[in-house]
Amino acid sequence: MEKTLKIQNEEGLHARPAAILVKEANAFSSNINVVVNGNEINAKSIMGLMALGLKKDSEITLKAEGDDAQNAIDTLSTLINNKFNLH
Amino acid sequence: MMTYKGISASPGIAIGRAFLYDNSLNLQIEKREIASFDIEVERLKEAILKSKKEILDIRNKTLEKLGEEKAQIFDAHVLLLEDPEILSQVKSMMSADRVSPEWALEQVTQNFINIFEAMDDEYMKERASDIKDVFNRVKRHLLGMKNMDLSLLEEEIILVAHDLTPSETATMNKDSVLGFLTNIGGRTSHSAIMARTMEIPAVVGVSNITDIVKEDDLIVFDGEEGKVYINPSKEILDQFKQRKEQLNSHKVELEKFIGMKSLTADNKEIEIAGNIGQLQDLDSFERNDAESVGLYRTEFLFMDREQTPTEEEQYQVYSKIVQRLNGKECIFRTLDIGGDKKLPYLNIAHEENPFLGYRAIRICLDNKELFKSQLRAILRTSEIGPIGIMFPMISNLEELLEAKSVLSEAQNELISEGKKIRDNISIGMMIEIPSSALLSDIFAKHVDFFSIGTNDLTQYTCAVDRMNEKISHLYDPFNPGLLRLIEIVSKAASENKVKLAMCGSMAHDELLVPLFIAMGFDELSMSPMHVLPTRKLISKLSTDSCKNLLSQVMKMGSSKEIIKELKKYKELI
Repeated sequence: MEKTLKIQNEEGLHARPAAILVKEANAFSSNINVVVNGNEINAKSIMGLMALGLKKDSEITLKAEGDDAQNAIDTLSTLINNKFNLH
Repeated sequence: MMTYKGISASPGIAIGRAFLYDNSLNLQIEKREIASFDIEVERLKEAILKSKKEILDIRNKTLEKLGEEKAQIFDAHVLLLEDPEILSQVKSMMSADRVSPEWALEQVTQNFINIFEAMDDEYMKERASDIKDVFNRVKRHLLGMKNMDLSLLEEEIILVAHDLTPSETATMNKDSVLGFLTNIGGRTSHSAIMARTMEIPAVVGVSNITDIVKEDDLIVFDGEEGKVYINPSKEILDQFKQRKEQLNSHKVELEKFIGMKSLTADNKEIEIAGNIGQLQDLDSFERNDAESVGLYRTEFLFMDREQTPTEEEQYQVYSKIVQRLNGKECIFRTLDIGGDKKLPYLNIAHEENPFLGYRAIRICLDNKELFKSQLRAILRTSEIGPIGIMFPMISNLEELLEAKSVLSEAQNELISEGKKIRDNISIGMMIEIPSSALLSDIFAKHVDFFSIGTNDLTQYTCAVDRMNEKISHLYDPFNPGLLRLIEIVSKAASENKVKLAMCGSMAHDELLVPLFIAMGFDELSMSPMHVLPTRKLISKLSTDSCKNLLSQVMKMGSSKEIIKELKKYKELI
C-alpha cells in the first residue's frame, strides 16, 4: 500500500509537523515508511524524518504494511495535505 | 577566601552554596567494553525512562509559566527519546561492537547531529542542539551524573554558569535561585535584564568563575557592587548578613511609599512607570506599585519558538496583560528584534554589525504582514483598557510616517470588520538613535509622546557596543554629549507639548534623576524594583534646585566632573 504526496507547509517538515506526523503514525500497528529519493525512513522516527530535511513541495511516498495499512495511509495523507493542521 | 570582580547585573545581597550549572553541550565519554548486553540495555532503558519523566515535568512547568506553544517544544523532545530508529541503531552497535550504551548513543546521535549541522537552513541547524540537549540528559543518567534543570531546582542555591539564555533565566525557580554568577555577559545582556525584573541578585562577566568555583562552595556577593567572595572569612560573612538585614529594613522604609503619588518636594507630579516583558512581570509591577506600563517589550513572545505567533495568539497574550492592568495604561513597543535578539524562523542573514543592522522597525517595515498582524493584535486590546503604541529604532521621518500608515491601515481594517477600537490610543516613538534626537522637533509634530531608550542611545552616541566587556567603561551615561542630546529632546517635547518619557536604565539612576526632573520629564519607566526608591528620591527634590543643578552640569565637558557635581548634590538632599 503506498501513496505519493507533497509537503505543503511553507517552512517544510519542521519539528512541530514532524512530531505531529510521528504521533499519528504511532497510533497504527502497521509498519509505515516514508520514501524520499529511494531512502526509506521509519515514519515513527522523528529524528529520521527531520534528517530528511524536507522542504515545501518535497515529494514523498508513504508506504504501509499491516492490518491497518489503508487506514494509516488515508489518515496520514489527509494530515500532510492539511499542512498538519498548523495553519 | 578569594574575591573576584564582575559586572553588576542585578542588585541585592546573595549568600548561599554554589550550584554549578553546566549547560555546555559537550560531554566527555570514553569507549568502554561491556560484559553483559542485556544488563546494559536495561540501564539504557532506565536512563531513557528517567529522562522522559524529567522532560514531562519540565513540560508541565513550562505550560504553567509560559503557555502551550513553548510547552510543545518538549513534546518533540519526548518523541526524540522514544525514537525507534535511534534505539535500534544503538542496540545493534552495542551488540556488534560490545560497547557501552553511552558510547553507542554518542556515535549514533553524532551522526544525526552532523546531518543537521550540514543543512543550509538556520532552523534545522539549531535542531542539532535539541538533539544534544535531549540525549546528553540520557548520557548523564548513564554516567551517574546529575541532570540540571533550572525549573526543577528545589534547594536554595547560587547558580554559577558560563552564560544563561533568556529562556533559561525565565524558567528559573525564583524561590530557590538566591542569585547567579556567569562567566560572560554585560549589564544590559538579556539574562541581566531578566534578573532585575525577577529581582534575583546577579553578577555577570566574572571571567572563568565556572572554573574557579567548586560545587557547594560558600558564596556571598552584592549584586550592586559586582564583587564576589568565595568561601569568605567569618568577618566578611557577618558583614554580608548584616547588610542583608539592613537592605531588608531599607525595604520596609520604601514600602511606606506604596500607594502614594510620585511628587517632588514642590508638589510637581511625575509618573513612575514599569518596564515589563511578559505577564508574570506584573507580579513585581504590582508589588512595587508602578503607575502604568511605560514599556512592554513584545519581542519575548516571538522568541524561543518555531514560527511567528499568529494575530490571535498575540491577542490572547496582550489582552491578558491589558486586562490585569485594570485601567492603567500599557505602552506597547512593537517588535524589537535583531541586534542581540535573533529569531531563527525569520532567517535573518548573519551580520558583522547586527546593532547597526537589520533590526526592529527596519525588519517590520520590510515584513508588513508580520508588522500589521502585531498592530492589529495590539489595537484590539484597546477595547479592554487604555493603551499606547511606540515604534523602536526610528532613524528618520519617513520610517515614522510609514509605520504610522501601516498602523492606520490596520485600524481601518479592524473598523471595517466591525471591531471596536478606542479613539484615544497614544502613538509615540522611541528616541534611541542620535539622528532622531536631533530631529525631535520635527518628529514632535507627528507623535503624542517620546520615550527615550537610553541603553541604545548611549551605545549609539558613544559608539560603544554594550556587549563588549573591553570597552564597557566607555558606555557612559554621564557622557556630556549624551546629556546634551537628551536635553535637546526635552526642549522639543515641551515646545510642542508632546509627552516626554524615558524607559532605559538611566531613568532610575539616583544621580541623574534630578536632571530629568529639571528637564521636565512627564514619565520615567523602569524595572519595577526601582519604582519605590525613585519615588522616595523624587519626594526630596525640588524643581528649582534641580534646574540650578542642570544649568551647572550642562556647562561641564567631562563625565568625571559631572559625576562629582551630581554626587555633591545628592549628599545635600
